[in-house]
This record gives sequence, C-alpha cells and structure tokens, in this order.
Amino acid sequence: MPVSQVNAATTGLALEMQGVTKRFPGVLANDQVDFQLRKGEIHALLGENGAGKSTLMNILYGLYTPDEGKTYLDGKDVTIHSPSDAIANGIGMVHQHFMLIPVMTVAENITLGQEVTKAGAFLDPKRARRRINELSAQYGFEVDPDALVADLPVGLQQRVEIIKALYRHADILILDEPTAVLTPQEIEELFRAMRSLVAEGKSIIFITHKLKEVFAVADHITVLRNGRVVGTTTPAEATEASLAAMMVGREVILRVSKDEAEPGKPVLEVRNLQALDEREQIVLRGVNFAVQEGEVLGIAGVQGNGQTELVEVLTGLRPSLSGQVIIGGQDVTNTTPRTVTEQGVAHIPEDRHEFGMVTSYSVAQNLALVTYYQPPFARGVVMQDKAIDDNATTLVEEFDIRTPSIHTSGGSLSGGNQQKLVVARELSRPIKLLIASQPTRGVDVGSIEFIHQRIIEQRDQGVAVLLVSAELDEIMSLSDRIAVMYHGEIMATLDAETAERATLGLLMAGVHPNQ
Amino acid sequence: MTSATTTASTAIPSKFMTRSRWFGVVYLIFGVLLVYLAMTALDPEAVSKFRFGQIEASIMDRLPEAVQTGLKQGVPIPSRNSMLLVGILLLITGVVPFLLPPQVAKRYENLVLMLVFGLLLAAVLIYAATGKRTDVVSMLADGIRLATPIALGALAGILCERAGVVNIGIEGMMLVGAGLGFTASLYLQNSTAGLVVAILAGMLMAALHAVLSISFKVDQIISGTVINILAVGITGFTRRSFLLDNPFGAPSVYSPIPIPVLSDIPVLGPVLFRHQPIVYTMLILVFVIQFYLFRTKWGLRHRAVGEHPRAADTLGINVIRARYLAVIAGGAIAGLAGAWFSLETVGSFDDLMTGGKGFIALAAMIFGNWNPIGAFFGALLFGFADALQIKLQILETGIPYQFIGMLPYVLTMIVLAGVIGKTTPPAADGVPYEKQ
Repeated sequence: MPVSQVNAATTGLALEMQGVTKRFPGVLANDQVDFQLRKGEIHALLGENGAGKSTLMNILYGLYTPDEGKTYLDGKDVTIHSPSDAIANGIGMVHQHFMLIPVMTVAENITLGQEVTKAGAFLDPKRARRRINELSAQYGFEVDPDALVADLPVGLQQRVEIIKALYRHADILILDEPTAVLTPQEIEELFRAMRSLVAEGKSIIFITHKLKEVFAVADHITVLRNGRVVGTTTPAEATEASLAAMMVGREVILRVSKDEAEPGKPVLEVRNLQALDEREQIVLRGVNFAVQEGEVLGIAGVQGNGQTELVEVLTGLRPSLSGQVIIGGQDVTNTTPRTVTEQGVAHIPEDRHEFGMVTSYSVAQNLALVTYYQPPFARGVVMQDKAIDDNATTLVEEFDIRTPSIHTSGGSLSGGNQQKLVVARELSRPIKLLIASQPTRGVDVGSIEFIHQRIIEQRDQGVAVLLVSAELDEIMSLSDRIAVMYHGEIMATLDAETAERATLGLLMAGVHPNQ
Repeated sequence: MTSATTTASTAIPSKFMTRSRWFGVVYLIFGVLLVYLAMTALDPEAVSKFRFGQIEASIMDRLPEAVQTGLKQGVPIPSRNSMLLVGILLLITGVVPFLLPPQVAKRYENLVLMLVFGLLLAAVLIYAATGKRTDVVSMLADGIRLATPIALGALAGILCERAGVVNIGIEGMMLVGAGLGFTASLYLQNSTAGLVVAILAGMLMAALHAVLSISFKVDQIISGTVINILAVGITGFTRRSFLLDNPFGAPSVYSPIPIPVLSDIPVLGPVLFRHQPIVYTMLILVFVIQFYLFRTKWGLRHRAVGEHPRAADTLGINVIRARYLAVIAGGAIAGLAGAWFSLETVGSFDDLMTGGKGFIALAAMIFGNWNPIGAFFGALLFGFADALQIKLQILETGIPYQFIGMLPYVLTMIVLAGVIGKTTPPAADGVPYEKQ
C-alpha cells in the first residue's frame, strides 16, 4: 500500500520502494513490489531462492536498474544508478558472497574506493588504522586493521564487511543471507551486533530463508514469492507454519517424518584418514567413523572444517595422505572415482556445477552421465540415444524435474530442478551407500521437502547414508547419528534423538561441552 | 568457554625429502662435478685473468703499483683453485638443507638459489677464461643493458595482469613498437619522434587487445596470439614497403649519458651509470610502478580490480575503465621496450628482431611474483645469462654457439617449470568481468 511522500517523512520511513518491476529475459523477477523500511528497525525479507529478494536488494544497491518503480529515501525521490550512488545515499550492503579481497589487509579492504590519503594520492595506512579502530570501538566490533582478510575466520570477515558499510556512513544496511556461513554461537553474536546497530539509529534489511532467525531478530517481516510481495507481518502475528505457507503457497511439512532406523552391517568404514588441501596444508587430521546399512550419519560442522575434502577423498576425487577408506568390505583408498562408483556408491556433490553435471549437456545426457559407458546407454563404443532418452523420460516424471524438454540444456534449469536432476541420476542406480553433500543448498523449500523424503526412502531400503550439511536443521531432522567435525577431526558422535542444539553448537566451535 | 581444542595425537606427517633438500641434492651434484672438473680438466698452473673496466686516471694514479698493473692487465686468478673453491661452496649449500629444520631451509630457499646461480656463473666464467683474459665489468654492464627490454616487458605484463587481463601479446606490442618507431625515426629524421611513435604503436596494439578481451570477452590467450601474429604481419609489410628501399640514412642510436660524479665510481660507475636513456627509464619505471601499485590509492584500486572485480565494482570503482587504462599503459611500456631494440641498440629494424624477449618478460614477471622489483631481478637473471652467452661466444670455448645461444631460453624453461617455488597470480587474472 503506497504511502504519500508527505506521510513518509512524518511516519519515520527510512526507505520506501514503490511498484518496483524488473524483467530478465523470460523471467519477471520483481513484479510491482512495494517495500517499506522504518527507521531503526530490523526488517526481514523472507522468501525461497528465486523469489526475488536479491533482485530487489540489488536494485536498491544500484547493481540492477529497475524497469519500473520508484525509491524514496527519507521521503525524497532518489534514483540509484550504481553502487556509488547507493553509497552516497547512505546504503550499505553485505553480500552473501563476501566482497572482500583475501590477499589485502582489513584496512585496505575497508577503505578501498574511499582511501585515507596524503596529498590526495598516497595511501596513509597510519590514519586509516586509527579511523578503523575508532569505528570498531564505537560499535563494539573488535577487528585488527592490519590482519590479512585471508587469515580471518568467516565470522570476522563478515564483521569487516559490516565495518566497510559503516565506514561509508551507511544508515541502511542490507544483510544478504548473513547467517549461512556461521555457527549458532556466531549467529547469536551477529544478532547482538544487529540489535546494537539498530540502537545506534541504523536500519537493517535482513534477507533470509530461515524461519527461526526471523523470529529471533526481526521487527517486521515481508514475504516474497515469485517476484511478488505476499504480505508484511510481524513475528508476534505470524507462526513458522504460516510463514512457510506464505513462502511456498501451500502447507509444508517442516519436520521429516521417519521411522526408527534399523542399522545393519557397516558399509562405509573410514580409518584414521588424513589429507591435504590445495595449499598443501593438512586438512583432515585422522578421521574415524563408520556408516551402517539403513542409517543416516550426519556430519555437522561449520563450512571449511574439512567436510568438503572428506567427501572428495571418499569419492576418489582427492588423494589421502594416510588411513583407509573401506566400502562394502573392499579397500578403495586412493582408487579412482569410477572404482568407488562401481562399488555401489551414489554421490550428490556439494557443488552441482563443478562435480554434479555438465551444464551445457542436455537433461537426458546429464541423467546418463555416471554409467554412460555401460549398457543400456552404450553398446561397445556407440551411445544408445534411445535408451538415454527413455531413461530421461522416466526419471523426469518420477523425480518431478521441471524442464521444457529432456533435450534442454541442464544449465538452463532452475537450481532446485538441477539438484533434482543430480538426485534422480544418483538414486536411480542400485546403490549401497549414498554420500550426500549439502544436498539442498540453494534449493527451494518444495524441492528440499522432496529431496529429504527421497533420502529417507533410501535409508529405509537399507542404503547407508552419509549426509554432510552446514544446515544444522537439516542434519538434526534427517540423521540417526550426528558426528560433529571441527578442524579436520570428528569432535564427537551423538545420538540424533538426544542431541541438543546448544551441545552441537559448542562442538562445532571446537569446544567439548563437558570440559 | 574453554578455548578450542586440538588433539595432540594427530601429528602432522612430514616428508623427509622436502623441496629444499631436493634442491640440495642438485647442488651437491653440481659441486661434485665442479670439483671433478677442477681436479682433472684444469692445469694447476693455469690462471684466468679478470679485468674490471676502465678506471679513471686520477683514481688509478693513487693506487699502489701492483694493483695498477693488475687492473690494467687483468687480475690473475688461479683457475683450478678458484674452481675448487666454488665447487666446495656448492657442496656446502647442498648439505645445509639437510642440517637445518625444514621451515628454516624453506625460508632461505630462493636466496640460496640466487647464490648458487651466481656461483655457477662464476664457475662458467673461470672455466671459459682459463688462460685468457676477460672483462667482468663490461659483462655486468651488458647484463643490465640486455635486461632492459625484459624488465620493461615484465612491467607491461604486471600492469595488465594486476588488473586481471592476461597479456601474452607483449612480444607483438614490442615488435610493432620497434618496427614503426624505427620507420618514423627514419622518415622524420628524428629519433625522438621515433620513440613517441614506438610508444603510440604499443598503445594502439594494446587498445586492440583491450577491446577484444575486455569488451568482447574473447579468450585472452587467443587475443594475445592475434596481437603477436598481427605484429609480424604489420612489421614485415612495413619493412618491405618502406625500409628496404629508402632515400634516408639511418639515424644514429641514442648515445650513452654518463651520470656526473656517479659514473666515475670504479666498477659500480660503468655497470650502473653509463647507460643509454631507455635503460635509465627502465630503472626509474621499476620503482615508480612499485610505488604506484602499493603506495597510492590508484594502485590499490588497480590491484583490487585484478583480485576481485565485483568487490571493486560494489565500491563504485569502474572495473572496465580501470582495465582499459591498465592494458593501454602496459602497451606504452611494451612500445618503449620495442624502441630499445631498433632505436637504442642496433639502429635498424629486422623481421622478428624482438626474438621472444616479450615471452621471457612474462617469465620474469612470474619469477617476481607479479611485483615490479621482483620481476626486475628476474630480468637481471635473464640479462646476465644473455651477457654470459655473448661472452662465451667471444671466448671461443669450443661449444657450438647455437648451444650457448640457447642459455637464456633454457633458463626461462627452468624458471617456468616452477624452480622458484609457488607463485600466486592475481585471483581474477584472465577472467573477463561481466556486470550481473
């Protein structure tokens, strides 16, 4: 509901966007979106991936130009053409993928573009350092201006991003999915920081798709779906279920229903596994665990604690330094990905573009990619197009992959459908072990529900499932046992029934709760 | 809250044969070879005589009689014993990595590599000059002179790549600078005008590379290759059409400008302060660009564009403009390097006269880890190797000159094969920037 300009100034609106429309080729990303931000509030912008949250914020920050619509700041009509315009108008944005340069210092990153100089040209690191220390003290953000960004943990990097916006005198802060990379404790700290910023008179737009966080911190909630505003509400008026229904357009089962696990023989055994990362630093420091038939072992942990490398070693993509990987009784340490696959292993990789599919291949070709060299897909050296197409038609139907045709290129599907494509290919083979790494990252709520059900289905059929995820909710709702990984080691393995969030959070931060 | 715990039981496995130790083994082999060579191939009585350039008469007169004759006729050094000494020093550098903790050895790895390179250079000279006389100072001065186009090319590469544009077209930009610069200087009978044309020609070629790789997002290797092939065509055509038959006499090359006072310092003077103008320009540019990149706000933005263009964009930095400027400025320097060949060194133009120096420049850039001063040392390495191979050809060592002439190129391959350890290019090097 548009508010007149005069009203806007008097009712304390920091920002109002009216009738914002943005079209991309073939997609209406924002359709007549109205959005109001009050001064000194935290306003959550909630929606599934692809709902148009980021598009709206990129328009506000000047990265996109809207096709229609107006933006008012403090009641004044403004046009924002570029990020510099946004910065000049007191808008700061912390992007989901940090806009930091790892090889530069904190001070260089913060001042870039508005450097502290002598004679208008020469960098003055001493004064820059002082200015940043003043800002840190003012808002209670401890950070060392001389540290290299590459050496900082993600939580601190995020703080650098916030200081970067404050350094540019931002009054409106846009935080784009800020909690995705943090531990529960770091999320608490971020929320405290957000509240203290609001107390200082800043206004915050908080983009997220996690319902719990909205209730923890937001004053108002605006929900977007398919580029349109579905409604604006407050945490007091809404419930998790009502918000989820607004996001998806129908009721969603938030908790995966599953029966008691019936674990059998161990399928995957990992013994004292060690491995190096790209920089030749040790990243797995002796990992031990086993996954049994008919159970889901969840690996919880903050990203970057060795989970990615662990999965790569298990699937034959990365050599190990020492230790053993045993699948179905056979030692597959340092063999090839094909050997591992032929042991009956399915792999849903965390980066579907790099490891899961060939984006320029058709849906049908992608669905045949793992066993393309075996009958029925190949006879000798000749590919059997008929068999490949038949397989695709069946799987597209069975896994509800929304695609114009099985000959469309895989890369043109939406994220959720690409992920369903990978899941369909991996689960359509007879398997003993499923290694699923971040299986629902960047996937909409509807598809998440679907993928979760499929994983549980596999478990019930006696497949051993190793689930690696940075989403604690996902780990807790799917797993039978939870192993927490920190700094290249398994800190502890807990029973999922009795595991508490707080305990897991501490373990994820490398602390044994009983010490 | 207790602090983070890391279990002590997970000892990090360490390899016994670290990189430094493998290098040590190579040094040991060299050392043994030299000692063997000294004991068998060299006559115990033989001497190698080294001269140290022309010494000013006023200074010479104040030196003792013995030193004077030594400097005039060359200082005699016993070939066999000095070769033995070099061999033993090499053996020591080979053993040390095995005695030191790996981390300490790693820290000094590249320093030791430079030292070993110097020792091998000395050994080659001693051997080649056995029973003869050779001038060390002129060789060092030549080294710096020959390092000039390589260092300039490396600076051009650094400007481009620090902004995120890979430039393998430096060779072509040099060649066009050399060819068109010389033609202009001939027809205008003005070597300064020739220099200006050389620089402009380099900029023009770079502008083409910029349009192709930044605006049209052509693969930057392809675009660079296009530049190199185009340059051969342009200069070949120019030479046949305007240079083979022309009514003018060739202008003389730029004469050396001795720096007052400094050029009179013995040894150091002739090595550093009696050069031609482009050599001095190169020395100044190395420091200017180092300062620009790391101490000015424009340098900070330049590097940001090469590391993370989207981050720079979100802070209001115009990525496309920054890349254009960087590539074209690099072209200007490559054009200047071209002028070094035709206008400063030989006073004529031949087809393909840049002889791959633009590619060696890229090796020097990598050697220096994309830092101007580091790249300058890389260029010196190649310059000295070049000077040495010229000296060896003069000394008539009996090795076919074709093999000796390969020295700088072989060195390039060794450097690029990763002997200098891990280098890190700018993160967005070679990646075209697309606005979302």
